[in-house]
Amino acid sequence: MDILNAGVALLNFVVVPAAAYGAQLALGALGVTLIYGILRFSNFAFGDTMAMGTAFTIMVTWAIQALGIAIFPLPTALIALPFGIAVTALIVLFTDRIVYRFYRRKKVDPIVMVMASVGVMFVMNGLTRVLIGVEEIRFDDGARFLFSVQDFRAWSGLTEGLSLRVSQLLTLIITALVCWGLFVFLNRTRTGKAMRAYSDNEDLALLSGIDPDQVVRITWIIGTALAVIAGTLYGLDKTFKAFNYFQILLPIFAAAIVGGLGNPLGAVVGGFVVAFSEVAITYPWKKVAGYLFPDWQPEGLLQLLSTEYKFAVSFVILIVVLLFKPTGLFRGKSV
Amino acid sequence: MSAPYLSATGMRGGYGKADILNDCTITVDQGQIAVIVGPNGAGKSTAMKAVFGMLNLREGEVRLAGEDITALTPQQRVHKGMGFVPQTHNIFPNMTVEENLQMGAFIRKDDYSGTLAQVYELFPAVADKRRQNAGELSGGQRQQVAVGRALMTQPRLLMLDEPTAGVSPIVMDELFDRIIEIARTGISILMVEQNARQALEIADLGYVLVQGTNRYTDTGEALLANPEVRRTFLGG
Amino acid sequence: MSNTRQAEASSPWRGVLLFLVIVVLFVLEGSVRNAFFSGSWNTSLAILNMGLISAVMALGVNMQWGYAGLFNAGVVGFLALGGLAPVLIATAPVPGAWDAGGVRLLLALFVGIGTLVLAAQVWKQVDRHLRVWALIATLALGFVLYRWLFDPAVTAIEANNTASAGNIGGLGLPVLLAWPVGALFAAAVAWGVGKVALGLRSDYLAIATLGIGEIVVAVMRNEEWLARGVKNVSGIPRPVPYELDLQNDPGFVARAAEWGLDPATASGIWVKLCYAGLFTVVLLLLILLAELALKSPWGRMMRAIRDNETAAEAMGKNVTRRHLQIFVIGSAVIGLAGAMMITLDGLVSPSGYNPLRYTFLIWVMVIVGGSGNNWGAALGAILIWFLWIKAEVWGPEIMRLLTMPLPDGGLRSHLIGSAPQMRFIAMGVVLLLVLRFAPRGLLPEK
Repeated sequence: MDILNAGVALLNFVVVPAAAYGAQLALGALGVTLIYGILRFSNFAFGDTMAMGTAFTIMVTWAIQALGIAIFPLPTALIALPFGIAVTALIVLFTDRIVYRFYRRKKVDPIVMVMASVGVMFVMNGLTRVLIGVEEIRFDDGARFLFSVQDFRAWSGLTEGLSLRVSQLLTLIITALVCWGLFVFLNRTRTGKAMRAYSDNEDLALLSGIDPDQVVRITWIIGTALAVIAGTLYGLDKTFKAFNYFQILLPIFAAAIVGGLGNPLGAVVGGFVVAFSEVAITYPWKKVAGYLFPDWQPEGLLQLLSTEYKFAVSFVILIVVLLFKPTGLFRGKSV
Repeated sequence: MSAPYLSATGMRGGYGKADILNDCTITVDQGQIAVIVGPNGAGKSTAMKAVFGMLNLREGEVRLAGEDITALTPQQRVHKGMGFVPQTHNIFPNMTVEENLQMGAFIRKDDYSGTLAQVYELFPAVADKRRQNAGELSGGQRQQVAVGRALMTQPRLLMLDEPTAGVSPIVMDELFDRIIEIARTGISILMVEQNARQALEIADLGYVLVQGTNRYTDTGEALLANPEVRRTFLGG
Repeated sequence: MSNTRQAEASSPWRGVLLFLVIVVLFVLEGSVRNAFFSGSWNTSLAILNMGLISAVMALGVNMQWGYAGLFNAGVVGFLALGGLAPVLIATAPVPGAWDAGGVRLLLALFVGIGTLVLAAQVWKQVDRHLRVWALIATLALGFVLYRWLFDPAVTAIEANNTASAGNIGGLGLPVLLAWPVGALFAAAVAWGVGKVALGLRSDYLAIATLGIGEIVVAVMRNEEWLARGVKNVSGIPRPVPYELDLQNDPGFVARAAEWGLDPATASGIWVKLCYAGLFTVVLLLLILLAELALKSPWGRMMRAIRDNETAAEAMGKNVTRRHLQIFVIGSAVIGLAGAMMITLDGLVSPSGYNPLRYTFLIWVMVIVGGSGNNWGAALGAILIWFLWIKAEVWGPEIMRLLTMPLPDGGLRSHLIGSAPQMRFIAMGVVLLLVLRFAPRGLLPEK
């Protein structure tokens, strides 16, 4: 039994990738859940907001690269990110003004808002296609590894290697900072509390003199910022492809629902629950088992589900939560 | 002396086309407790909502400290010194007690820590639970938080829509005691109550509303002594 | 407000007018050749055929949305499920496939479904304290048994004649039989999803169906034993004659010459007309059935539930049950359309199932046509489909006109080059405009 090597293999193939992916999902789920809490509808255009924001970030990245500016070993996209967020937030605020506000004032059924978000999704999808095309784009120009498998093997002398990519570490650090900032904002600042109050009890919030337009505006800005950050980190970690951002919508929704729609803390937990389940279920455990039980020679790869079905994992988690706890894990808890 | 602090006179209006209120008049003097009672569907809550501007009036006017506020929105009326505690959904359940009170003071630009201390002094039970979520409190304590929230704007007139609905008799007595205390500080109170007898006992002024019209108006004591009121509205 | 005004304006002429507009568009496409129209009847009829199938899809979505207010975001999945039927029913059997592992495969699927049923029973019957563990144990055992049966069977089937088959093959039955079977496939899955997600918040159904849509497409793409995955199944039998046979038929060639057409063009047109006839019959039959159902007591109750769920519930109507019924029926219609589409194409290509194209575009059709109105949904589908196809051609043309003032160069060519993508923007804008200014669509519900 070789616990050290098994542990390293587990870290390298499951824990690190799942943590990075979980952080990306958590940011996305935070955006979805905030928009849901304040505006009270599931925003189907969220995936395409991510894609469009990332597209803007990539274009600004190219412009910065053309100027010859770089912050190696960090990717240039980090400088471009604030510009990407700003442009996308302006577009989203404009969308709210010409699309959603009308339905909000009419107090329509949430499903009509969902329908409107489908229209917005089409427009944003088309915009992204026109802007940047449908091909795969790599835009990570930073250092690739903090330490690679070879470095680790040489350092530790183990057979198994462990690598940590810069994009993964960056994802974790940025996610931690963003979550911390967001929770401080929601729990400590006047505006953040006003947002929570509005989400909790709209009528009473109005009675208390909270300006609904301001709350909605700030929600869109924060939601968009989260979308663009999550999208850019996802694109740095993997590659940018517009359609992938539509597909990631399902795990993001699953994460938000698992945590309890409208609950920010739940969204973060939900993101990691979904990511770890997805990676653990689609990972071939043969290698880890080989270290732990050298005498056992299993026939297959010990993979519960092939990676093509990773979306099925989010779906099953979603179904389980809907069946047993439709309000999610964290309903009723404080932020 | 001049006109009463709040004077809502000749109010007519309702939701949609039908009028619920018909020539209804409610006045409250400074530091007075006024109670609106009446049978179900008499328009008690509607009258209060009309005073607070949540209902469009077709006739009549609402004056506060002599100023005509008939055209103002509820939010603007809060700025003018009105506080309102709705019957249900009157707290932010997922926020702490303290945050609930802070939200009450949202429109205040000055330092409100003094008011906060006063509210805690008035309701020691919720002061102990200031870090707890308001949604986790008992029914009576929630009502205290709700009243406290409304007090945070330092209103001159506090309006309560059935504050004792669904709480036990002991909690009700306690709540009424607090309301008397609030009134002693010079705040006028306008209250709609289902528990007519107990409410009239603490009322300086009582309005018996029937079908949106004033039927009897007198001091609480006098109404309690009035045999006809007792027979028809207080169950003997 | 706008609703009542629209209802007044909704005269029978509106439908006729819309119908005429569509006819004119297709005639123009068939007969006029310029920058905007192809002038080919073959193209015109090809668009019409897919338009008719889209109309069937829209009918299914309209039942769910228009009758019951259910948001199905997984239309593409039910469509793909329906498309499976022609492969499994109508293609010729693959020699050796069944012997390789057919029985074992069926057994595995039986065990898989049996496990789920058993798990549900366990959850209901077993004592509270033990039931979580009992459930997990049942699922784990069932899963191991399923994989033990399933994996070798799949390996064997896929190893069988990999180059041209490698799948389980069909039954060699008439392809028209596959249409109702496709509807059944979709209905079965819809029942499962509906059972879980109905009765909760309306957006939960949307998210759950979004998931099932992606999963079905993933299954189609990866399970090679089923329909060869991305290797595609081609040569699915047709219910209509083949062009080549017609061209070799002297009688047909002679008749074509009478019309002044060359045999190649004439055979194409004739085949497409046959399809169009077949699809029109199905579409009209479905509309007839749907209209009859809507006027029956069942349909009246359906609409009562949609208009006021709370009141209907208070009157003792089991809303969730009704919703499940209509969700299953609507999905069956979508599955039927999926089978029809594969029959028309003669080819299953799982990579083509794109949710924007097959879920959300269908939604645009229903909303634009008039949610709740079957004729509206059908006409809206044909119109939107025509515009969607033509927008690919019109986009660059319009962009060329718009960018006239720009100098020839990078920006202009980029704009013209990406103009076909503009149709996504156009469809989104159309949806948003209709939703806002004519929420009841071109043909409002009566």
